[in-house]
Amino acid sequence: MAKNHEHRDLFPGALEIMILQSLRLKPMHGYALVRHIKQVSNDLLRVEEGSLYPALQRMLKEGLLEAQTGTSAKGRPTRIYRLTAAGVRHLESEVVSFEKMFAGFTRVLAAAKA
Amino acid sequence: MSLFSRLVFRNRRYDDISVSIQEHIDERIDELMEEGMSRNEAERTARRDFGNVALLRERSREVWQWQTLESLLADLKQVFRRLGRSPGFAITVVLTLAIGIGANTAVFSVLNSVLLRPLPYPEPEQLVSLHLNAPGAPGLAEFRSELRLSPSMYLTFAAHNRVFQSLGVWLPGTASITGLAQPEQVNTAQISGGVLETLNVPALHGQLLTAADQDTHGLGRVMLSYGYWQRRFGGDPGVVGRTITVNSQQRIIAGVMPRGFKIVNYDFDLLVPAAFDPANEILGGFAYRGIARLRPGVTVAQANPDVARLLNVWMDSWTNGPGSDSHWYLNWKITPALQPLKETVVGSIHTVLWLVMATIGIVMLIACTNVTNLLLVRADARRQELAVRSALGAGRWRIARELLIESLTLGLLGGAAGVAVAYAGLRLLTAIGPAELPRLSEISLDGRSIAFTLILSVLSGLFFGAIPALRYAPSRQRLALLGATRTASVSRDRQRGRNLLVVAQVSMALVLLIGAVLMIRTFMAMRNVDPGFSNPQSLQVMRLSIPETMVSDPQMVLRMQNNVLDKLAAIPGVSSTGFAASVPMSGAEPNWNGIFIEGKNYERGVLPLRLFNYVSPGYFQTAGTHLVAGRDFTWDEVYNQRPIGILSESLARELWGSPQAAIGKHFREWESMPWHEVVGVVRDVRENGVDQVSPATVYWPSMMHDIYGPGSFDARRTVYFALRTPRAGTQAFINEMQQAVWSVNANLPVAEVSTMQEIFSDSMARTSFTLVMLAIAGTMALALGILGIYGVISYAVSQRTREIGIRMALGAKKSELVWMFVRSALVLTGVGAAIGLGAAAALMRFMQSLLFGISPLDPVTFTCVPVALVAAAALASYLPARRTTAVDPVEALRAE
Repeated sequence: MAKNHEHRDLFPGALEIMILQSLRLKPMHGYALVRHIKQVSNDLLRVEEGSLYPALQRMLKEGLLEAQTGTSAKGRPTRIYRLTAAGVRHLESEVVSFEKMFAGFTRVLAAAKA
Repeated sequence: MSLFSRLVFRNRRYDDISVSIQEHIDERIDELMEEGMSRNEAERTARRDFGNVALLRERSREVWQWQTLESLLADLKQVFRRLGRSPGFAITVVLTLAIGIGANTAVFSVLNSVLLRPLPYPEPEQLVSLHLNAPGAPGLAEFRSELRLSPSMYLTFAAHNRVFQSLGVWLPGTASITGLAQPEQVNTAQISGGVLETLNVPALHGQLLTAADQDTHGLGRVMLSYGYWQRRFGGDPGVVGRTITVNSQQRIIAGVMPRGFKIVNYDFDLLVPAAFDPANEILGGFAYRGIARLRPGVTVAQANPDVARLLNVWMDSWTNGPGSDSHWYLNWKITPALQPLKETVVGSIHTVLWLVMATIGIVMLIACTNVTNLLLVRADARRQELAVRSALGAGRWRIARELLIESLTLGLLGGAAGVAVAYAGLRLLTAIGPAELPRLSEISLDGRSIAFTLILSVLSGLFFGAIPALRYAPSRQRLALLGATRTASVSRDRQRGRNLLVVAQVSMALVLLIGAVLMIRTFMAMRNVDPGFSNPQSLQVMRLSIPETMVSDPQMVLRMQNNVLDKLAAIPGVSSTGFAASVPMSGAEPNWNGIFIEGKNYERGVLPLRLFNYVSPGYFQTAGTHLVAGRDFTWDEVYNQRPIGILSESLARELWGSPQAAIGKHFREWESMPWHEVVGVVRDVRENGVDQVSPATVYWPSMMHDIYGPGSFDARRTVYFALRTPRAGTQAFINEMQQAVWSVNANLPVAEVSTMQEIFSDSMARTSFTLVMLAIAGTMALALGILGIYGVISYAVSQRTREIGIRMALGAKKSELVWMFVRSALVLTGVGAAIGLGAAAALMRFMQSLLFGISPLDPVTFTCVPVALVAAAALASYLPARRTTAVDPVEALRAE
């Protein structure tokens, strides 16, 4: 049930931050999001659909995103996700804390090499 | 956001999710087709990559749900749908539970109201009753379980104690009220100072009686009970300060006590102050009941020694008259045994209530066992479905949860219906409950009862749900196997669970039946006891008081009573009449003392105490109490105060060896009194109930010499008239009786009109109540147990049709097949009965105090009940087993 899907994330919050960052560039629908992340990461990261949609719903519920009726590139009805002001704030604070974490991470790795 | 708009909003979300996912897949298909796949191939790949769409949709939706709650609701919906599909099963289960839970709630409410709830006084835990034992007073135990207090004890205790905040004594009695409507005899409580302070309940209107009221020349005020105030004064608050004629005396109404207020467990109409005059009090006069409020922090164990000290002070301070030895009472070994007031109020009824509670609890267990059996059969029928679901990935807990939700739902439905049953049951219980059941008016369904119902519903739901849940939610592999295996007959494993339940049922039913039969035999033993009077249904009794303020001359009192007797005797259908100061089993406060026998030396001896009664000529004949020797009093002798008496047979035998030898012998109560001659001996009377010993009794003429020396005499002013007539108890006869009394004096109120049969039945009320409750429980247990056996055998037969077919095809005789099933039922019953017998032998000693004339291990009961039960079980299994004979082997084998 609810327990498994967190493990599919790279680490807690990674999927979320990627979605937020992608949507900050421009509002997208679900499929476009998956493709965008795949392309930008040069196929290194793949978002699983099984995690994407529940994550989108969670963020909608938290008010980080909003969904609008729209059409896909092929003209089919779909929902376009857009960042809200709260989403932007959340992203920025998350990025800061991620950067700190990475900095720490890098130092630890560097120390281990030396 | 309102719930509604939230749900609409949520449905839009759900649509959004579906649309997004659909588009996602479509786009993926397009992409794959662009890469050169065929449409079919692309669709398949896209879906495979995407994973379980339904599951994903579910996961996405869960974000918007109160997840656990909603999946519970979904399960619940399922449960109701399934129950709706088998209404017969649902109704059977809910009804069974409703009756079981309802009966338990009803009994628990009584138990709670009577035993558990604190007494309705402020800080009730401080209240004690001043109970005294007198192990050195021989004979007292024959008619009293304690020594009551004398006024001088009260005066000493009140002045010198160190452990009580307040204490008081009181005495139930009656008084005639005239001048309102018809003359009426009301129940009074004569209270000393300290009684109301101890109970500490404020007056509803007006004032409480005060110390000034206790003065012999005091205010002469009284207080009304709420009930009497409503009944006679229509609840008018202006009644305070008005006067009321009590025993022909004008009394001012000081106030009204609030609704439900009782003196201990006595429901009075009128509170009358007891005005003791210290100048005239002596040591004796042990008639009053004492209550006290302990100082904060003082325990009963600490208070007892102080009362023991006070008893010495009491003997030092008072006397029984010049020349008497104040410390003579040391012989009686009076010892304080203070009791929390609640114990006094509740009395011996707690044994009965706990017994009934336990009994009804066992019935509930049996009912639950039956329901478990039904659920097992149901779950069994679903095992294919459960196996499939398990194979598809449903977890153990998920399946167990669903089964448990079903049983909990049934339990709660049963509980809800049970409240209604309990409400009806309570009305029934209070109606058939023993007359002596204390705190009857306080019985109600309160929060605690409702909580009890809820707990019981949930527990029973868990109880009968847990077994199928444990059985049908095992590991996947096993369940899958279970579903896939097709055997010729039910596996032993599956049958064993139901067999165990039957054994449990039979043993519990046996325990209850033995209890019920023991009560029946007790009741029969009591019915066989000769109570000392005959044909109680044709003996009419009523009480009449002639207060001193109305007629002061004892001779005139006797004449008035004699006139009333003559008028009563003239009523058509009356064959004989008489009166006595008390009639058997009426619960009247007894008179007692020791008697001196002429020619015996009582130097430093302790006189055994004898019960006293005061009778008119003709009373014994009317009551049907035969003279064993000698003769009855005559009116001449009574009017002329001839010193004569009649003794009970046991007393005559004790003193002179035989009834005949007693005739002509002499005895007296006081030295100042002339020797009284024994003119007759009557057979023993069970004064306190047929299960109590017959006390040694002295019958005095109703007018006799009193303590104040020669020439001083007194007549009994409150007496019970007894009339022998086939018309006893009819309203027409009671009206004629009333008219006859009023034709002598229009101000004489008639009270306690009843037939001796009613008094007799009341005295057996505790036994008959226990009997009825146990009989109901036993019958239910038997019915449920038989039903259980029937169900199990019936189900076994239906499940083993194929096996029966094979056996028949191989040449088994039909009678052998029937016997095979009956035998299996008999084995189960036998095992159950053996366990039940053991349990009953261990449990029945708790019933000891309720039994009479038989042992708790009564061999007749312990033989007959199991035999009857086994016979019933044989029958219950024979009926379904006979169906095997109808099995056509060809059909049976083709059926699979």
